[in-house]
Amino acid sequence: MNDPFTRLLRKTKLRLLQLHREANCGHIGGNFSCIDSLMTLHHLVMRPDDRFVLSKGHAAGALYVTLWSLGQLSDTDLKTFIADNTLLPGHPSGKGIPGLIFNTGSLGHGPSLAAGLALAARHKGLTHQIFCLCSDGEWQEGSCWEALIFSVHWRLENLTLLIDQNGLQGFGRTIDIISCDDLTPRITAFGADVQKVNGHDPQAIAECLKRPGIGLPRVIILETVKGHGLPFEHRLESHYLPFSEADYQAACETIEEDIL
Amino acid sequence: MRVAFSEAVLKKCNTNDWFFLTGDLGFMAFEEIQSTFGSRFVNAGVAEQNMVSVAAGLARESIRVIVYSIAPFCYARPFEQIRNDICMNNLPVCLVGNGGGYAYGHMGPTHHALEDCASMNSLGVRVLVPAFDDDLPSLLDQIDGPTYLRLGYDHRPPGQSVPVYAPWREIMPGNYGTIAALGPIAGIAWQALCDLDVDKRPSVWAVCEFNDSNIPDKFFRQVEDRPLYVLEEHVTQGGLGMNLAFSLFARKLVVSRFIHRPALGYPTGRIGSQSFHRSQCGLDFSSVRSMITG
Repeated sequence: MNDPFTRLLRKTKLRLLQLHREANCGHIGGNFSCIDSLMTLHHLVMRPDDRFVLSKGHAAGALYVTLWSLGQLSDTDLKTFIADNTLLPGHPSGKGIPGLIFNTGSLGHGPSLAAGLALAARHKGLTHQIFCLCSDGEWQEGSCWEALIFSVHWRLENLTLLIDQNGLQGFGRTIDIISCDDLTPRITAFGADVQKVNGHDPQAIAECLKRPGIGLPRVIILETVKGHGLPFEHRLESHYLPFSEADYQAACETIEEDIL
Repeated sequence: MRVAFSEAVLKKCNTNDWFFLTGDLGFMAFEEIQSTFGSRFVNAGVAEQNMVSVAAGLARESIRVIVYSIAPFCYARPFEQIRNDICMNNLPVCLVGNGGGYAYGHMGPTHHALEDCASMNSLGVRVLVPAFDDDLPSLLDQIDGPTYLRLGYDHRPPGQSVPVYAPWREIMPGNYGTIAALGPIAGIAWQALCDLDVDKRPSVWAVCEFNDSNIPDKFFRQVEDRPLYVLEEHVTQGGLGMNLAFSLFARKLVVSRFIHRPALGYPTGRIGSQSFHRSQCGLDFSSVRSMITG
């Protein structure tokens, strides 16, 4: 694949690597499990008035570079990432950056915030869509299920929750921590319109998101790999630890090889 | 005060830019709001965390939102949602906690709200503790940011009218010191002391907001070198007494005596009515009267 979007996606991934390397910032794995879906959503699906909430705020870097790829943040902006006097902290502050509506980072808030945005849009007769990206570990927060119950009851068809199901969380695998490696049956049981898709396939994600709704909130389970495409993918270390220089170089080479 | 609150909501908030969210409470009180507001009335169910964040989402789209529940379910359960989603974005959400203090008496400590004002003050939420039913319309007129409205009971003496709302109001003159009472406790002090001679009773101030800048100069002139009684159905930590002491200290004002009667929790380990708990804290009619008459 060498179409313009694919090239932009690779370029953005390299920028994400650079961002985290320069800032010596961790959470690389969770950023690389969702960068494909974030880029797909923002470039191929969302319209100008649509709203986006990053519930998994620890993927702030992926969101910042996505906004960079859209021209909404500059390289100068990105240089301030997790520096003093920045508008780009390690979890979004929700202030001063176009496209950032809320400060997120404490897990379990996004689905309810997005439900409120969806209810407001319906009340005002507006047709924009609300998208919210969560992590899979985040669904251990009870508030996510509160939001799901609420959204299904109120049939918030303008709401789409995306879940980055990479199977790894802070201190282990979800299967080992809560005996769940696939949220699909649980969320389906709550009555949402659920689809599962390869979270690293932009075309599949876009097709999934563009499919007409059925009058219910949609939940897209993104099957992903933590640290996808990097030499240390699917390893727990990628959740917290920043790159070593060797890891960074190896990661860049992996993505650049993909470009070539 | 719940019926008065309902009337005030219908009078002041029944426009297209207001939503009313309830955590499945309001039976035999909010039916008219429900029918009048239509789709702007949302029973969010027994899920207060979600309710508060949904309110933030609505408010982010320029809608003002009332969020109603029994007080502790309104400020304590969803504390982080209030902090992160409402306060950090300075959104116009009014959290309405019914039954401040020991108002839910026999229902037990889980339903009491003794530290609500301090909790909300610590987040920068504007805390409103109306003393009288008449205060509610003017308070609802002022919702333009994060707000906590603590509802209790109007205890004014029978047949009395109250002065127009102000954050600090002298509701009864007196020359024997000064009482500053938080919200409805002002009505108790008023009722307990109104038959005393003006020279043998303290003035009674109804305090409905904590902000230091709201305290009128007249209050400070009254209390200097004289006895000051502070009554509140709220714990000491972060309550009216502590805040007021700070205000006095900052102005280098000295009172001749500082008598503070806060909520004391559950000193005997027993649970009872609101009157029972107020009595244990010296906040009921007879305790307040004997505090002055000896």
